[in-house]
Amino acid sequence: MSLLRRRKPSDSDKKRPTVSVPVQDSEADSTKGANKASSVPVPNSVRRAKARCSCFDSCCWWIGFVCSTWWFLLFLYNAMPASFPQYVTEAITGPLPDPPGVKLLKEGLRAKHPVVFVPGIVTGGLELWEGHQCAEGLFRKRLWGGTFGEVYKRPLCWVEHMSLDNETGLDPPGVRVRPVSGLVAADYFIPGYFVWAVLIANLARIGYEEKTMYMAAYDWRISFQNTEVRDQSLSRIKSNIELMVATNGGKKVVVIPHSMGVLYFLHFMKWVEAPSPMGGGGGPDWCAKHIKAVMNIGGPFLGVPKAVTGLFSAEAKDVAVARAIAPDVLDFDILGLQTLRHVMRMTRTWDATMSMIPKGGDTIWGGLEWAPEDGYECSNGQKKQQKNGNSDSHKGKGNKTNTGVNRPRVHYGRIVSFGKDVAEVPSSVIERLDFQDAKKGNAMADSNASCQDVWTEYHELGSIGRKAVADYKVYTAGSVLDLLQFIAPKMMRRGSAHFSYGIADDLDDPKYGHYKYWSNPLETKLPNAPEMEIFSLYGVGVPTERAYVYKRASSAECSIPFQIDTSAEGGPDNPCLKGGVYLSDGDETVPVLSAGFMCARGWRGKTRFNPTGMKTFVREYSHSPPSNLLEGRGSQSGAHVDIMGNFALIEDIIRVAAGATGEEIGGDQVFSEVFKWSEKIKLKL
Amino acid sequence: MSELRKRKPSSTNTPSSSAPKPPVPPPIPSDSDSIVSESEPVPVPASKQKTKPPKSDKTQETSGAKKWSCVDSCCWLIGIICSVWWVLLFSYNAMPASIPQFVTEAISGPMPDPPGVKLQKEGLKAKHPVVFVPGIVTGGLELWEGHQCAEGLFRKRLWGGTFGEVYKRPLCWVEHMSMDNETGLDPPGVRVRPVTGLVAADYFAPGYFVWAVLIANLARIGYEEKNMYMAAYDWRISFQNTEVRDQTLSRIKSNIELMVSTNGGKKVVVIPHSMGVLYFLHFMKWVEAPAPMGGGGGPDWCAKHIKALINIGGPFLGVPKAVAGLFSAEAKDVAVARSIAPGVLDSDFLGQTTLRHVMRMTRTWDATMSLIPKGGDTIWGGLDWSPEEGSVCPPDKEEYSNGINYGRMISFGKDIAEAPATEIDQTDFRDAEKGNNIAHSNGSCGDTWTEYHEMGWRGIKAVADYKVYTTGSLVDLLSFVAPKMMQRGSAHYSYGIADDLDDPKYQHYKYWSNPLETKLPNAPEMEIFSLYGVGLPTERAYVYKLAQSAECYIPFQIDTSVNNGTCLKDGVYLVNGDETVPVLSAGFMCAKGWNGKTRFNPAGIKTYIREYVHAPPSNLLEGRGTQSGAHVDIMGNFALIEDVVRIAAGATGDEIGGNQVHTDILKWSERIKLKL
Repeated sequence: MSLLRRRKPSDSDKKRPTVSVPVQDSEADSTKGANKASSVPVPNSVRRAKARCSCFDSCCWWIGFVCSTWWFLLFLYNAMPASFPQYVTEAITGPLPDPPGVKLLKEGLRAKHPVVFVPGIVTGGLELWEGHQCAEGLFRKRLWGGTFGEVYKRPLCWVEHMSLDNETGLDPPGVRVRPVSGLVAADYFIPGYFVWAVLIANLARIGYEEKTMYMAAYDWRISFQNTEVRDQSLSRIKSNIELMVATNGGKKVVVIPHSMGVLYFLHFMKWVEAPSPMGGGGGPDWCAKHIKAVMNIGGPFLGVPKAVTGLFSAEAKDVAVARAIAPDVLDFDILGLQTLRHVMRMTRTWDATMSMIPKGGDTIWGGLEWAPEDGYECSNGQKKQQKNGNSDSHKGKGNKTNTGVNRPRVHYGRIVSFGKDVAEVPSSVIERLDFQDAKKGNAMADSNASCQDVWTEYHELGSIGRKAVADYKVYTAGSVLDLLQFIAPKMMRRGSAHFSYGIADDLDDPKYGHYKYWSNPLETKLPNAPEMEIFSLYGVGVPTERAYVYKRASSAECSIPFQIDTSAEGGPDNPCLKGGVYLSDGDETVPVLSAGFMCARGWRGKTRFNPTGMKTFVREYSHSPPSNLLEGRGSQSGAHVDIMGNFALIEDIIRVAAGATGEEIGGDQVFSEVFKWSEKIKLKL
Repeated sequence: MSELRKRKPSSTNTPSSSAPKPPVPPPIPSDSDSIVSESEPVPVPASKQKTKPPKSDKTQETSGAKKWSCVDSCCWLIGIICSVWWVLLFSYNAMPASIPQFVTEAISGPMPDPPGVKLQKEGLKAKHPVVFVPGIVTGGLELWEGHQCAEGLFRKRLWGGTFGEVYKRPLCWVEHMSMDNETGLDPPGVRVRPVTGLVAADYFAPGYFVWAVLIANLARIGYEEKNMYMAAYDWRISFQNTEVRDQTLSRIKSNIELMVSTNGGKKVVVIPHSMGVLYFLHFMKWVEAPAPMGGGGGPDWCAKHIKALINIGGPFLGVPKAVAGLFSAEAKDVAVARSIAPGVLDSDFLGQTTLRHVMRMTRTWDATMSLIPKGGDTIWGGLDWSPEEGSVCPPDKEEYSNGINYGRMISFGKDIAEAPATEIDQTDFRDAEKGNNIAHSNGSCGDTWTEYHEMGWRGIKAVADYKVYTTGSLVDLLSFVAPKMMQRGSAHYSYGIADDLDDPKYQHYKYWSNPLETKLPNAPEMEIFSLYGVGLPTERAYVYKLAQSAECYIPFQIDTSVNNGTCLKDGVYLVNGDETVPVLSAGFMCAKGWNGKTRFNPAGIKTYIREYVHAPPSNLLEGRGTQSGAHVDIMGNFALIEDVVRIAAGATGDEIGGNQVHTDILKWSERIKLKL
């Protein structure tokens, strides 16, 4: 449009315009004439007319012109045959491959096992059922997902309704926000941004429809057990799976959880076999009777480091980078901290975020001196080179050590370090002061009043508490828990009632019958279902957050006192450190370690976590970005959400849904070093 | 767009006259950008402000008019319109949400609290889970698999929503909405499936509520999706086929069981509307019948799971409209449209072809046959009697329908409709041979196939010669004119009255949706309500005529030229009802057939009738009104919603006031000689 607008005046200046505005194609000559006529130097009239020719008229003219052109284009667009875009795309990029659904339909595959989708955090829609005055007219409208129109119109009202009660983690009084149900809950997150839609469309090609597909939508803000307490979501899933199995001739379901849905479904599998009232009372063979396979997509089995920063300072890589680019805007009190603090206050009431705090402590994630991923080469996404041969890369490394002797080692185990130097020096050099007994000073209690509407628990921390946090200098996965407990005691009190992050010594201890352990694969046994198969499907080859360099923020009145130190860059020596974040391999959100370890080792064969020895498979999908814009989010993406449109992954899922076993689709498919890394983890199996 | 496009060529004419004018030297390039863009609209004022002519002399004005080409003025005008539109849109969006209410209250006085708010103040809380059973037509359908022409419509609504596709590709739409003519199931390569969830029928089209108001009011007292369930089903196929194809009945059973168990064992309140009433009658028999034909829930499933059945506008005994719809693809609405614009509707392009397409499509929908009047002459009246005779014809409160033979559901000609039964000379059509006089013209009508072709001219004449059809002979008539359809129908529905309900043949599913051929479940604590609107003229019988014989046409039409007071309008005999369902059909079962311990109601389930007198909205701001009694609009009737909410919150039928009757339904019911 802007092109057209710019061109128009030039049309009249130039004597013989070669380019004419598309709309005027037919009457180009005449308009030229008209335009010329309008620019005839008739001094008197022009001057007089110029006075009368108000800005208003020309504005109207322009708007009118723009509108008509717009309408015309819109009309053309609507009149265009539906196959036209595809035709253009094919002309440019060559013939598109058949979508997997079509391809497999031709192979003769047909709908067999009913499928259950378990959406992850954030991707499921939430709608309003009861609200305060300010949310009038939003009844049954989406507050989360859809267009997010209300976020912009009434942001504070929105935050108020999306927040949960700080004590109970349930609805605040007078507010009922509930998950959208049905396939629409998470097929598109916002219009045009698919989550499950591509998979659904491909499954439909081989005959699936709503009676054989079920979206296990749940409120992803509240803790897993609370979805049952408040909405009976787990009961619903149980009932719907039973119904689908019964109405499909006893064929077991294939469950496809994504992201946090993986943990939710782990919880479900324990819940459904546990006796009521805490559990669903399905009996000890419910899973064996009803589930054929669980195909986890991008599952953060052992948590994600991103969750720590989200809870610690309400920022992940994306926010941190934005702050580095526009420090004034984001740090400015109104837009920056206020917003961040509001977001933080809201997200801290969401219990479910705590399900993704890294689990297994130092045993899994590494300590001060070691990490399973040690030796990983960050090469800006050039994973394939590295894959070509580990020996090659070692050789290269050896050469390098000759030139750069003091090349810094990456300590992935140090999930949070205060200062880049602390992150790099050997552990013996670091002097740490224990923070856990530090008194929380109330030096800033007097300023509480001014910050009241943006309450966060940092106030209670006081300056002494903040200093203590920074003085401890380095936090590993084990001590990160203590850290969060220290700075957000209320949140963690709720969290510790619903989630646990440890490793079980004795899985037969009756305490593990409690629901708070059910979503932690290191503290539960898999169900007694030897025929069931567990897949872990995830993308690799995208830099993924793994550890952080922090700094104390300049002390303003109502500020979040800690920030990711975006100035910490590894430079060419250490490409793993970017903008204060240590990166490793993964799908942009979940590191390979978290997504792959359980299926690669923890559950592999008969282990104490997998007493019946059900088969597990690791299937990795190497990320390759879309080759051009027309491809949208690409059909070979490995990114956390975009992988849901990955053709190879969809094909695997459809094959399994149509009856194939893990061996039949090719068993393991590994590009990363997940097996090597898993070996380094000393976990009793 | 089309206007705009047309105008542009005209603009080429005007400036072309100025084209021969001396070539114009271009303006100095340096300041061109600003000057040109400003000077272009110069002529605007010149041509517009003709009220101030003295400023410019004549030559300037004419040249100004020429310079101000049509394109420019169009652009200018559109610009104005766009900007005004945007400003209005902006102010509309910026307006606080309470303004419309404020304005309405300023005009019509303070609005009453919606029933949900009122009852919340009374302290009512969500108690029993509720199940909605939508009726025919109101549920959305979406595409899961289609032919080439429906590309890009995957999981888009074909029925409900904006109906955008109907206009864009009508034939493709008809093709996908039709069912297979033999099986009544999907045609090959097409899967159209009901939308699930509350969205299936909360709004039919944007802004046209069906269940939305009721849902909103229930939500006020604490209901949400975990205790509200929309039992959406494909309303085109026969009730039993919804189970065969989609397992819909199993889903309803499973969801009711789930809701009862997750709500502390509180039984559900079921709220069916329109055809949903029949669907749920079918469900209640199905669920207790043994598998594989039934759901195997055991003989006390309903007693254990259902507290109350609140039927809204239920066509228990069918509706006469269905007959007209199946017989000639027209109901009152189409008939009126035809009389207003005979040229348009009867012209071959829009009229017959469209109607015939519609007819072909609807005749493949088995569910429409569930609405054919049931009980024959015993219920609906014979040649010279009917239960409603002598009643008031709404909206007129004075005129009585004395002498009207409502029993004659279809009469060929007004004189025949009024003549005493003895004077009518009926020639039986049933044995008439179907002539194939017009069979040779089949080729040209191939794409708009209907079964009239096979009937031929002789068959058509035979139908007309029988002259009068009562309800009893209607089924024969339909079997004669549409044998294929009725063959499918008779496998799924039955329209008679059972002599002996214990006859094992009544265990077949085709009887389950006919209240006159089934027993209510053994659930003495359950309550059955029939809620419906009254005070609206409702179709009850028709005067037909033979259409002029064109090539591909529907040979029968409602004779819209016949009028007589308020009881006979445009060829349709009217009676009291809710515009679709006559009072007799909605009320009889609860008023008499099931009242007390009868053979249809062996457990003596309590029944209640609650009528709601129609009052049109007092002004436009009220939309479809809060006191409407019309078939669908009654779903927004505050009094009805209040009753429903009270029952859902735990009240019994006696507590909400027992029967509430405004018509003579009890009197009419007495006239019906049905063995109870």
